[in-house]
Amino acid sequence: MKRFFARNAPAYVFLLPWLVGFFLLALGPILASLYLSFTRYDMVSDPRWIGLGNYEYMFTRDRRFWKALDVTFTYVVLAVPARLIVALGVAMLLDRGLRTIGLYRAIFYLPSLLGASIAIAILWRQLFAEDGVVNQVLALVGIQGAAWITDPDTSLYTLVILAMWQFGSPMLIFLAGLRGIPRDLYEAAEIDGTPRWRQFTRITLPLLAPVIFFNLVLQTIEAFKTFSSAFIISNGTGAPADSLLFYTVYLFNEAFKFFRMGYASALAWVLLVIIAIFTAIAFFTSKYWVHYENERD
Amino acid sequence: MAGLTLRNVGKRYGALSIIQGLNLDIRDGEFLVLVGPSGCGKSTLLRMIAGLEDISEGTIAIGGRIVNDLPASKRELSMVFQSYALYPHMNVRKNLAFGLQNFNVPRQQVEHRVAEAARILQIEQLMDRKPRQLSGGQKQRVAIGRAIVREPQLFLFDEPLSNLDAELRVQMRAELASLYTRLGTTMIYVTHDQVEAMTMASRIVVLRGGKIEQVGTPQELYTRPQNLFVAGFIGSPKINMLQAKVLHEAGRTFVDIAGLPRFAIPALRATSEAMTLCVRPSSLQVGDGDVTTEGTIRLVEYLGSETLLHVALPSGQVLLVSDSGRNPYRMGDPVTIGFDLFDLHYFDSAGQRVEPTQNESLVQ
Repeated sequence: MKRFFARNAPAYVFLLPWLVGFFLLALGPILASLYLSFTRYDMVSDPRWIGLGNYEYMFTRDRRFWKALDVTFTYVVLAVPARLIVALGVAMLLDRGLRTIGLYRAIFYLPSLLGASIAIAILWRQLFAEDGVVNQVLALVGIQGAAWITDPDTSLYTLVILAMWQFGSPMLIFLAGLRGIPRDLYEAAEIDGTPRWRQFTRITLPLLAPVIFFNLVLQTIEAFKTFSSAFIISNGTGAPADSLLFYTVYLFNEAFKFFRMGYASALAWVLLVIIAIFTAIAFFTSKYWVHYENERD
Repeated sequence: MAGLTLRNVGKRYGALSIIQGLNLDIRDGEFLVLVGPSGCGKSTLLRMIAGLEDISEGTIAIGGRIVNDLPASKRELSMVFQSYALYPHMNVRKNLAFGLQNFNVPRQQVEHRVAEAARILQIEQLMDRKPRQLSGGQKQRVAIGRAIVREPQLFLFDEPLSNLDAELRVQMRAELASLYTRLGTTMIYVTHDQVEAMTMASRIVVLRGGKIEQVGTPQELYTRPQNLFVAGFIGSPKINMLQAKVLHEAGRTFVDIAGLPRFAIPALRATSEAMTLCVRPSSLQVGDGDVTTEGTIRLVEYLGSETLLHVALPSGQVLLVSDSGRNPYRMGDPVTIGFDLFDLHYFDSAGQRVEPTQNESLVQ
């Protein structure tokens, strides 16, 4: 025991800030929310135990819950692959050894730094407004743009485009992954007459699989938790016609607008389970498509 | 199979010139070794032949066809990389077949060629393994196998043995040599190891600073190095170099070397006042020779079949002497060493070889 601490002490010292934060700040609310999810609680009177009542209502009678799931799933399915494809594409361009690569990296990463901020969401709302820049540009080439944000058929796609634009952090990870693929594999392929596309599918993608997997898991979790952009663009309501009713927006409204804290807690736990299931699926399938170089046999 | 012709080949990166005005004819079916210290341009030259580097100047022709603008895949050659460059996510079978699939070789023929290569290289039992499950030597065999299945007209090897341990290197050297005998295909082999070059090459090209210092068979390079660089680079242990002052008296040529008695040398085709005389450690003898001198043993390296003596002359210069391994020597012992005039190599002040005028008569 003494030796264990002697050997691992530095690790624990570095972990300490996180551990303190987790135990003092996070663990309590997490456990409390689990308890509250079995209660009716309006933040004024005491929580009242109702057993599985919240969950039962959610799955059997709450149509907005299913709508929120629908919106969120659609978003995840569209935005995650879109962002990863854009991120990989840009990373491959940057991997070609540009001289000013540091500058480009910084520029391309900027949207991701700004992306989660309120300001960008507001900017996005104005870009895609009926008389916004997007429609003005389209008008120049004679196209009558849609009312992107106020039309329930298109509003979600503006957020998907926003997600694509925020490719910075997966791009940096892809770039590091690409840098890790030995150059001479491509040279050997070149001598063997391998077309570029086949080099990409047969060498780049398989060797990048661990990084793709990592990005996929991280971005999926991220996408399920999308909140601020949807909240700002829909004025906090999920409008128009609940087309932007992201799961977290719905959860937020239930908690802080209607003060149904017990129900919101139940929603939060269901989201956690959904994310956990998706992550588990990703990990389970990974052994069929992810090749690790230093894997033991 | 094909020969190669390099004409005025040069390579520049911006202002930096790596290879200049290089001319070389490589014969069909030859095992040519490019050797030189690191940075001499040997790998760059190989990569230019392969089509992995642009050719800044001159032309490279394979089998009579100029290939300057031909992509690597159209040059009908295979290359074995120092790092093996095996695809880590494919098993051995797929690694071997990968290149063939690009050329639309029928499946049956792919299987046949892969099996044949596996048989030649004795890797049949490894076919379902991934590269990480292979030892260094096995990886190297697979890399060679991948080159063989293409049935190229030219093989390129870029320091293929330098990642292997000493014992395996000797073994793979022999296997490569026998593979060459078996296939008879033109091979160009890059190494910085002169022992590899000497043991495998039909001809060796010694490169330095992007220029050819000498081209010749291993015997030619060893027995008649054209300049001091080649003399020093080829041969292990390293040749001894003695700074000499040349004097002409009474129609004869004498040399003064610090620590040695003045002695007469045969008439040379050309002389300069200052020359360098070289003698291989194996040509220095203990207690015997046309010219002898006293020295002190500074170090004894017993190698089994031979003993390497580091002998300090009174001038302070240390000469390497290779002696049969039978005699006991001790550090600090005085010793008489000598050499025959016939074994001397003469180089002028510019470092170029100078031949005696009557070399033949000296032989007898």
